[in-house]
Parts: sequence; structure tokens; C-alpha cells
Amino acid sequence: MNTPAGGFFTSRLDKMIGWARKYSIFQYPFVTACCGMEYMATACSHYDIDRFGAGLPRFSPRQADVLFVVGTISHKLAPALKMIYDQMCEPKWVVAFGVCTCTGGFYDNYATVMGIDTIIPVDVYIPGCPPRPETVLDGLMKLQKKIQNQPQMT
Amino acid sequence: MELGVTLRKLKEKFGDWLFDVGQAFGDDFFVAHKDKVVEISRFLRDDPDLRYNFLIDITAVDYPQRRPRFEVVYHFFSLPFKQRVRMKVPVEENHAEVPTLISLWEGANWFEREVWDMFGIRFSGHPDLRRILLYESFEGHPLRKDYPVNKRQPLVGPKIS
Repeated sequence: MNTPAGGFFTSRLDKMIGWARKYSIFQYPFVTACCGMEYMATACSHYDIDRFGAGLPRFSPRQADVLFVVGTISHKLAPALKMIYDQMCEPKWVVAFGVCTCTGGFYDNYATVMGIDTIIPVDVYIPGCPPRPETVLDGLMKLQKKIQNQPQMT
Repeated sequence: MELGVTLRKLKEKFGDWLFDVGQAFGDDFFVAHKDKVVEISRFLRDDPDLRYNFLIDITAVDYPQRRPRFEVVYHFFSLPFKQRVRMKVPVEENHAEVPTLISLWEGANWFEREVWDMFGIRFSGHPDLRRILLYESFEGHPLRKDYPVNKRQPLVGPKIS
């Protein structure tokens, strides 16, 4: 390599791991409701989520880095969501996709969890009912930024 | 108003047990005493002129101002005669219990569990009266009018097995 110092270049390990991680987001789509359609639209070729290195959904939480919670979560489903979150390996992130997962949305009743952050920690909130693919990609880029800037070796 | 054959036959046979008969929303309806639920249903199903052989739905309504407070609503359909009939059964709040229809229609099982789940009305003789949509540790019955609209339930943690 042609560098001024001659034959090598320096970088910070932290930054490099962050760079690797942010472009290899293996997501676990936890899809329960209508937001799933927008998730599919985002994941398909037109919007092409693979540009951000997130094109490979894993359907086992043990292989996934990012938990995409897509759609309304009911109280009855809440234990399952918590269990899936617990099964994911560190480092892991959570994206709340759509207002139902952010706050409960327009549901305020006996069945719906008022925001998944009452159960598990959330890194990125993507509002919208459902959010357009552009919003999702924006959220994904914010997540990448977060992954890049956090300490990697804790 | 002229009564159809269903209501005429019912009045003839169960006149003392009917509080009201009539027509509403295009269908015959009658209000019956809860002790006669199974007998009336069997009559509706087996009578050769009626043959209401299809139990469409069981649900309930909460009228907080009325006494008795609840009404269990049954819809029957006659596949041979393409007729519908609605049976309403008033139920007291402090003795919210009606006989089960499982002996006539197996499908009544889950309907009755749903009514128990949402309204807290019991069905005597039901073999497995558990909640069907909500979970066991849920407190209260959410479709009762006095269930607080913004009540929060305790979150149930994952089962460790």
C-alpha cells in the first residue's frame, strides 16, 4: 500500500470494528402487523435495504444483531418478545418500527403494550403508521451512526 | 305485526319462558329465560319446520343501567330454510351464569370461552372454561363497561421451563 509512512497505515481498532459492524446488520424481523408490508417494501429491490448492509434477515435470534420490532405488540405476546431479545447475542440493538411499537400508537386499550420500551431497551424509534421506506432507511442510517460511534470493546 | 313460523312455534311451546318476541334489523328475535336455553336451542335445531342447525355466534352485551345487567346473544341460522333467528338471554350480574350449549353444538366451546374472557359470564357445564384470547393472569373482563379504559395490566415475564 502506498502510504506516506511507507507500507502501512494506522487506524483505531474501535473505529474499524464499528465500521464492520454497521455494514453487517443481520436483522431479526419480529413482524406482527401491517407495518410488515412497509418492512417488506423496504427490504425489496426498489428501496434495497442491502445498500446499508442489512439485506440478510436471520430468522433465529441467536444469529441476529438487530431486533426489528415491526407492528403492534400485545400483552399476550410481550413475554415472547422479551424471550427473543434475551436470546440474542451481544452486541445487539433494537429498532422500534412504527408508532405502535414506539408508544402504543392509537391503541390505548386492555390488549396493547404501550411502547416496547416498557419491556426491552430500544435504540432507534421509527415513527409512522406505517412509516414510509424512506423513514425506515433514515432510521437505519441513524442506527449505523450509533453503532459506529459507540465503544466497541466493552 | 305478523309473526313468522319460528316465533309462532316458540310462543306456542315456550310461551311462559319468553319475555319478548319481535323483529329487529331484519331478523326475528326473542328474549328467553336462561333456564330454558338448552331446551329452546334443541327445539330450534330439531323441529322439522325450523331446523336452525347452525350456531353462528355467541356473544354478550353489557347494559350498565339495566337490571339484569347482561344479555347473552345467540344467533342461529337454518341452512335448509335460509332463516336467521336471534336469542337473547338476560343475566344478572351477581349470578352471571347460563347453561352451556356444547351438548348441541361442539363449536359453542370457544364462543363461550370468549364470552367468559371478555364479559365474565360463566357457562355451567362447560368442560374447559378458561380464558381464550387473554392470558390467565389478566385481571378483570375488558368488555364490561366498567372496565377502566386506560387500565394497565401487570406485564407477564417469560416462562422459565
